Amino acid sequence: MNDHRGRPLVAVTGIGTVTSLGWGREENWSKLCAGQSGITRITRFPTDHLRTTIAGTVADAPGAPLTSPARTERLAAFAIEEALEEAGIGSLGSFPGPLFLGMPPVDIEWPTRFDLARRANAAGYPAMVAAASPETGIFEAYAFGGVAERLADRFGTRGAPITLTTACATGASAIQLGVEAIQRGECDACIATGAEGSVQPEAVVRFSLLSALSTRNDEPARASRPFEKSRDGFVMAEGAAALVLENYDSARARGAKIIGIVLGCGERADNFHRTRSNPNGNAILGAMRNALADAGLEPGQIDYVNGHGTGTPENDKMETFGMRAVFGEAPPPISSNKSMIGHTLSASGALEAAFSLLTIRDQMLPPTINHDEPDPNIPLDVVPNVKRAAKVVNVLSNSFGFGGQNVCLVLAAEPL
Amino acid sequence: MTRQRIVITGIGLVTSLGDGAEANWAAMSDPAGAPVLDTTTCAPFALHPVPPLPLDAQIPRKGDQRQMEPWQRLGTYAAGLALDDAGARDLVADMHLIVAAGGGERDLALDEAIVGELAGMPAEAAGPILNERLANGLRPTLFLAQLSNLMAGNISIVHGVTGSSRTFMGEEQAGADALRIAAARLGEGSGRIALVGGAFIATRWDLLIFYGPGGNLMQGDWAPISARGEHGGIALGGMAGFLVLETEAHAEARGARVLAHLDGVATDTARRRAPGESEAALAALWQRLAPMRAEGPLAVISGTTGAGAAHAEERGFLDTIGADAIRTPASRIGHGVEATFFVHVALAALALQRGALPAPLDPADTGDVVPAAVLVTGMGQWRGESLALLSGAAS
Repeated sequence: MNDHRGRPLVAVTGIGTVTSLGWGREENWSKLCAGQSGITRITRFPTDHLRTTIAGTVADAPGAPLTSPARTERLAAFAIEEALEEAGIGSLGSFPGPLFLGMPPVDIEWPTRFDLARRANAAGYPAMVAAASPETGIFEAYAFGGVAERLADRFGTRGAPITLTTACATGASAIQLGVEAIQRGECDACIATGAEGSVQPEAVVRFSLLSALSTRNDEPARASRPFEKSRDGFVMAEGAAALVLENYDSARARGAKIIGIVLGCGERADNFHRTRSNPNGNAILGAMRNALADAGLEPGQIDYVNGHGTGTPENDKMETFGMRAVFGEAPPPISSNKSMIGHTLSASGALEAAFSLLTIRDQMLPPTINHDEPDPNIPLDVVPNVKRAAKVVNVLSNSFGFGGQNVCLVLAAEPL
Repeated sequence: MTRQRIVITGIGLVTSLGDGAEANWAAMSDPAGAPVLDTTTCAPFALHPVPPLPLDAQIPRKGDQRQMEPWQRLGTYAAGLALDDAGARDLVADMHLIVAAGGGERDLALDEAIVGELAGMPAEAAGPILNERLANGLRPTLFLAQLSNLMAGNISIVHGVTGSSRTFMGEEQAGADALRIAAARLGEGSGRIALVGGAFIATRWDLLIFYGPGGNLMQGDWAPISARGEHGGIALGGMAGFLVLETEAHAEARGARVLAHLDGVATDTARRRAPGESEAALAALWQRLAPMRAEGPLAVISGTTGAGAAHAEERGFLDTIGADAIRTPASRIGHGVEATFFVHVALAALALQRGALPAPLDPADTGDVVPAAVLVTGMGQWRGESLALLSGAAS
């Protein structure tokens, strides 16, 4: 079956997720619908002197904390495995298509630097570099392509795995790349993953210095307040989601259960500022409208929006502007998963696409929690605090990134 | 779906040999040409430095320059060169962008001060102090200057490229796949013009601490790749390569000068667990591209990094394809990781446009022809095999 542009329709046949709420799709979804928060005080490392001491972390296995790339790989691997199990495609260690992995850029971390300095018995870079022998495994551990290479090897995906970053839109970009590969006929199936495991001291400090993070440290579960009047920033979080994407016809032919369709993808870059959207909203509007046009839908056909909804004063204001501009006086309900799982950064676009598909599957809108006092400047139905049953065929999922990289996806029910 | 032909209409090129395509072509065409090396900044490593650049010409606002460090500035500068070369400044609003990126510069002095203070302490004692040092010492703008996707972000801000923006990561392979996917999107009719590229700064201790333990860096005095012995070795080289790609129809309609056709790009990653896997991967990629080869002499721009095992596999592959000439840029300009594949494709396009090859760049380089087709090989130092096939504008 082809879409309105004559391209093969792209189905989702498997979903895997892990967040601070738990390991696994159904546990995450039921807790999201119940309005539970996964945000807690950070215990992975000391938080003295940090302005923000809360996050939505996923615990490492017992032992020394993992590095960010190792944690990202562990979370991605879990999500992929769960998605493959649901899709029932391929065999152990052999998947008939490529891997698209959205993940954060990684860098050598402080324990590694300290270790090299101790080996070198000196603190200067020349000495640390001289002490950094191949046996340290540093190159493979921190290579940007390392996580995807190991995942591609483990799951037996085909061709060169693609690793990408578009800041907070990364997970959505990974899905878009997978959709395009199927539309072009390069493959009949692929794995699209967004994964994030970056809660470590330097990353927390860096986001803090941008004044992007909530400092409501005393009430971790109540800190992430998208669209609410007293919102003061986002809460960093970890997690991963994986989708098995397939050519709809070949999925049907093998008898796969179709969870939903990725009906459209839209993107638009902003050229205004490194961390803020242009006040004219053109890039956000462009991404939303491009996604609708790509899906062949009119705004009135969108039943629900899974918002980017970070809880920063700026994002939520701009997203509101986009909602009113695209949908007019009566926009569809919009809610933010980030109110419960925080901002999972490179994973968020993939996680929110996954939850959008479960919204369609169960005809249930997850709430925006911590909605105590509405912001008069945000005249939107944010599904406050309590989930809501609703008829949902088409969902728009927004992802807007630092660096002006905006991606929107349209997820839809299987055509009748 | 009918696939449209893709052409290259603009090149932004910077290497240690010079600023711009002209300067680089002149330097590489000189039979007496020699590499430019910096043996002091990061001694004992011999590295190829990037020349001083007239940044104001491409990044006019000082405020923008201040928001970046050298890596992002280099990429943003070279992206501007490509837009100018293509005469595509008025097409940026709907232009698609894919950048292959590493990471930006760290604050080395801060790193060294913190390591000096805390490396000897027990972890429990060091943790709180680390937080304090980072919170007080890191500049907020440095985070943005370090972020991989902010090279693309800066290209959008400075040059107005806003059709879409994607950043690929993954060392050498990121460059080849960025080119492959940019071309594939245009080929299927998703957009009509795209900007792709990458940049690399070699003289960086914060990269040597990562590439050093890869075990592939050249040891000792500089020598051309063919003289680096059995283990070989990589001399990292600063460089940037940006390309403007268009559908042939779009380029013709606007009267753009076509430098070359990009006939195909193919990539894979062999696991390299046994000798021969990499060579076999290249051979399989060539099977896909060979039917598209233009008739006439075939030249190769080799993407060998100089790393021993991968170098031998690439040469093994080249022995089988009957190339009429081979040039090995890494022997003259070093290896620029994410930027390498773009730089080499740019050289291939220049060779086709000018109807000539660079002078031999390594003592083992062979042949001299007017190329009808140029094959660019790409070999990751750890993973990644890639090929791009180009032909002349008239083909």
